[in-house]
Amino acid sequence: MSTPLQKTAIAAAQAVNDLMRKGAVAVEPAPAAPAATPAMDVATDAPAMRKRSRVLIPALLVLAAGSLVLFGGKGGLISDFQYLQLSLILVYAIAVLGLNMLTGFNGQISLGHGAFFALGAYTAAVMIEHYNLNYLATLPAAAVFCFIAGYLFGLPALRLEGHYLALATFALATAVPQILKYKHIEGLTGGVQGINLIKPEAPFKLALSSDQWMYLVVLAMAALMFWLARNLLDSRPGRAIMAIRDQPLAALTMGINTAHYKATTFGISALFVGIAGALHAIIFEYVSPDSYAFSLSVAILVGAVVGGIASLPGALIGGAFVQVIDKYADAATKQLTAMVHLPIDLEPWTIYGILLITLVYVMPSGVAGGLAQLKAKWKRR
Amino acid sequence: MEQLLQQIASGLASGAIYACVALALVMIFTATEHLNFAQGEMAMFSTYLCWQLLQWGLGFWTALAIAAGLSFIIGVLIERIILRPLQGASALSVVVVFIGLLAIFHSMAGAIWSHTIKTFPSPFPEVAFAGSGIIGAHQIGMVAVTILMLSALFAFFRFTTLGLAMRAAAQNPTSARLVGVNVDWMLALGWGLAAAIGAVAGAMVAPVVYLEPNMMSSILLYGFAGALVGGISSPGGAVFGGFLVGVLENLVAYFGNLTEKMFGVYIIGNGEKLSVALIIVITILTLKPAGLFGHVITKRV
Repeated sequence: MSTPLQKTAIAAAQAVNDLMRKGAVAVEPAPAAPAATPAMDVATDAPAMRKRSRVLIPALLVLAAGSLVLFGGKGGLISDFQYLQLSLILVYAIAVLGLNMLTGFNGQISLGHGAFFALGAYTAAVMIEHYNLNYLATLPAAAVFCFIAGYLFGLPALRLEGHYLALATFALATAVPQILKYKHIEGLTGGVQGINLIKPEAPFKLALSSDQWMYLVVLAMAALMFWLARNLLDSRPGRAIMAIRDQPLAALTMGINTAHYKATTFGISALFVGIAGALHAIIFEYVSPDSYAFSLSVAILVGAVVGGIASLPGALIGGAFVQVIDKYADAATKQLTAMVHLPIDLEPWTIYGILLITLVYVMPSGVAGGLAQLKAKWKRR
Repeated sequence: MEQLLQQIASGLASGAIYACVALALVMIFTATEHLNFAQGEMAMFSTYLCWQLLQWGLGFWTALAIAAGLSFIIGVLIERIILRPLQGASALSVVVVFIGLLAIFHSMAGAIWSHTIKTFPSPFPEVAFAGSGIIGAHQIGMVAVTILMLSALFAFFRFTTLGLAMRAAAQNPTSARLVGVNVDWMLALGWGLAAAIGAVAGAMVAPVVYLEPNMMSSILLYGFAGALVGGISSPGGAVFGGFLVGVLENLVAYFGNLTEKMFGVYIIGNGEKLSVALIIVITILTLKPAGLFGHVITKRV
């Protein structure tokens, strides 16, 4: 006969064992996972890959920045508009990365990260418009505000799991445009009209257009954020964050302060998304309540799911997907409609939805996870 | 005073709709433990179906019955084809699939019927009666239809074998299977019923909020709030919660207006409707996750 307490202890011990076993084989994502079980990030975990990426990533960064000299300028191969597109891809990648940290690595679902994107964007816009601050100074401010907001929202969210957390964040996302239109803050936010900004010029009399300059700024920020994320996840707190996702009970019994970590991860995740929002406001030169509707939160989630929910490179793929879909989905859907002779004009969201559902079945670990699996298969051959 | 009564009456009327949506959500939740984020868009789509049938010249109640039947079929198909393979999948996969469904229904409605706002006829005659200054004919009709439907559902679950089998499948699938209940089909039927309830709710609310692809977004949020207030695992509680939230919403707006008039300070009004829902949802989830009537879920470790 065993008392309930003993039962609990036995279950906890089993869970700890489970966790340790999992930790040992964590680099191998389950190949035929039936659903989107967050797969460990292969690329950042393997030491050989890390050595290679130490050379590869700076090289890519230099290349990305150097593209300005090679292709930019008047009559260059890449136009200002295309630089803006590239910047937007990177901005969304930062946002997707932020959601990935929370959903992919900590196991908390959020349908409301558009709210933190909006908070970051409005922080930047209000500070530039009303306090004449330099745009670069608004980034740390947006980071701090969003961290606090995220941490505070994360506190009640502690008691919520899975579907319930999704519901709370869903409510947040739906309410955002209304909150931004609230009468008493209209003086700051500009109400329904929003705020128009002016894109900053390149400093030091550099021969760069403002789009090119902002591309460099965004590139630097993205590199910084990805570096921070990788290092955080690679550290002791990072392992705690992932342990909470895999075995919450075992993590607790091993002495991890689950509540503290969960709320902090929420804050950090909001911080990333907030910085993305601030950068977006600056390069897009405009904020308004209705640009931060529920569909933005969906877009960020879709980016995370498409790229790979627990993958850092996946965030980049996800960011690209969000921007490309945003820009080209209309044209692509029209072509598709014409191609299969449908009687009605399909809308991009239809494709979005079908793609999402298909992805959950076909590639549960996202494009990044799918590629990693393909590679593993190819190597084994 | 009359204004206050008016507000309560219209709160009850919109509460009837929230009650329907909350009930649909609870039906799916008790059977599968999923929160159906696509419920609102499904109801909106059903309402468009109903509108289309009306355009083709059918009478209101025939059109509504056919639309509800079609929605029932759509609901069953969704469960059988899309959600069945996801049994035992992580919460994230299920949520993502629901978001996908939401996107598909929303955009399909826009693509087929365009995004322009349409008027939707009310089936109830505009007659004057004692107290019609307080509550309109359509509002009474809304409440009546809701109560009728809820009673029918109650009778179905309480007095028919099929209803009993569905309850058994939701409460204890293993034992239900042992006594010969086809649990899989019961879940699909639950989905179908939820979709049909949504169709009725949509057709009842459409004359008030007008027909457009976004019509259900705030109603869904209030439906969630109602379901949570009553307890997401209790059908009766969800209905009560829906009415409560409806009245609460109107009272908040009313007292907001009152304070503005009396003290000249604007605190809260119709513009903050969704924020009120957000506050209700988060407060209930943090303070009393089981709601007023739901049973507390204990986790065995």
